[in-house]
Amino acid sequence: MKLEREAVTHIARLARVHLTDDEIDTYAGQLGDIIGHFDVLDGVNTDGIEPTTQALMLRNVMADDVAGPSLPRDVVLDLAPTTEDGYLRVRAVLE
Amino acid sequence: MTTTTPATRYETVIGLETHVQLLTERKMFCDCSAAYADAPPNTHVCPVCMALPGVLPVMNRKAVEFTIMTGLALNCEIPPFAKFDRKNYPYPDLLKGYQISQFDMPSTQNGWVEVQVEGEEPRRVGITRAHLEEDTARLTHKEGADGESYSLIDMNRSGVPLMEVVTDPDMRSAEEAREYLLKLRQILRYMGVSNANMEEGNFRCDANISLRPVGSAEYGAKVEIKNMNSFSAVYNAIQYEVRRQTEELDAGRVIAQETRGWVEDVNEAFGSDFAKGSTVSQRSKEGAHDYRYFPEPDLPPLTVDLSYVEKIRAALPELPDAKRARFQSEFGLSLYDANLLVETRAKAAFFEEAVAAIEDPTDAGRLRFARLIANWMIGDFTRLLNANETELADSRVTPKRLYAMISLIEQGTITGASAKSVFEEVFRTGGDPAAIVKDLGLEQIGGSDEISQIVDKVIEANPKPVADYRAGKQEAVKFLVGMSMRETKGRANPATLTEILKQKLEA
Repeated sequence: MKLEREAVTHIARLARVHLTDDEIDTYAGQLGDIIGHFDVLDGVNTDGIEPTTQALMLRNVMADDVAGPSLPRDVVLDLAPTTEDGYLRVRAVLE
Repeated sequence: MTTTTPATRYETVIGLETHVQLLTERKMFCDCSAAYADAPPNTHVCPVCMALPGVLPVMNRKAVEFTIMTGLALNCEIPPFAKFDRKNYPYPDLLKGYQISQFDMPSTQNGWVEVQVEGEEPRRVGITRAHLEEDTARLTHKEGADGESYSLIDMNRSGVPLMEVVTDPDMRSAEEAREYLLKLRQILRYMGVSNANMEEGNFRCDANISLRPVGSAEYGAKVEIKNMNSFSAVYNAIQYEVRRQTEELDAGRVIAQETRGWVEDVNEAFGSDFAKGSTVSQRSKEGAHDYRYFPEPDLPPLTVDLSYVEKIRAALPELPDAKRARFQSEFGLSLYDANLLVETRAKAAFFEEAVAAIEDPTDAGRLRFARLIANWMIGDFTRLLNANETELADSRVTPKRLYAMISLIEQGTITGASAKSVFEEVFRTGGDPAAIVKDLGLEQIGGSDEISQIVDKVIEANPKPVADYRAGKQEAVKFLVGMSMRETKGRANPATLTEILKQKLEA
């Protein structure tokens, strides 16, 4: 199964990711495969099995309270479309 | 016929939601430092708290522990299973587009805390839950030269561990709400889990307020008040809102379920009985928000076994209520005095260290010294700390020095009047009280000969009051005692001095 190119372009725009034409083709195939896999999952009989949101059954994965380095500020600001005086700038959002 | 006051017609129902920043080194889900207070904007940011694609949050063990500690201190159940959820909302104070929080399976729930308004019986306020989440980025709203409005984002605060403590709708007055907040702050500070400072923004409170006819079992429409940045703001906003809702109901109007913001200094809608300020409608609440909560797939859930909980419980410090009760029973202190001494952990520790220095082996002596230590701490010591705007922790007075000075009074080396000067000197220099007494020449005048000489001088210098006294005006002796005490620079025992003076006057 292959996703439409328009769908990939749309998702890329929502995620603020710029894709080349070749990449759009690649991801159309890969995303299509992922979505197609749900058909396989749908076919599994899950009668009597507790629903879960976790596939790995891990528990209590925690980090010690030790601070590490953050990113240099220019790297952070370079990732934002608009900045001002060290802040990210966005259009006014009314709560 | 008596008129019905609002207080007897309606019952006020208050529930509080308090957001508490936890005192961790690291943020909740990433390694960035949580100490952002004085940092330039966007310097405590990494791919995780900036929500770049493909990152994985890892929860802070200490924050989980702090939350369980708080739950235990608030008499909560600690469920054996807890998980995190995504709370989705379209506002750029979290770049992920959702906040990681705990929804239906929080780390603590169903507790209570006892609060007491002065002059009333203590009451229990139910704690619905204390759950763990992450703080948001700070937004500043601006307007450009062209009139276009925009927002600036500083992500430093984003992802700092935040605990939300939610009460049941159990409080019935602004006073009770304030007492609850003071108690919560005191407990958090005792445990060292938060600075819990409202003005610094690491202890933030929203209030849900409704009114219902007295005797009614059903709750009225709930109004949520935000933007209260101090204890007095919480108190004033609740007072205002109760009055506003009373007038609405009296006028036959329906209270709208909405969010209102507290704005200081706007007007005096209800006259000078009320602090300046109003609550102003912000948005209507269309029932519960649709936050589309769903389990956070990136964070494995927590299982909390009993032995872990008991280990945390065992490590909790003695909490204020227990300490207060112990001070009352162990040292015979009044409720009022004991409350003042346990106000902060530092104060209570100072008292306990001073008491530990008591050398008198008898029970009566121990109680006597303990009470004197309490009196000095509550009286002169507190007065000097306030006058010098100093914290106990920064004071030069040590518990041993305070005890040593009280011992000098008890041994008769100095009088109570001299002790005030000695203590001021200890406060100023941190010096040894015995050495200060020597330096200032404040040893109590022991011999009655010396006192006798001074009294003679005073009698000679003040013939008028002496004549008055001898003519039957008893009051005149006070002046002569005062003059004599001044002569001795407060170094004489006032009772001995008065006795000698009277003997001489009546001779």
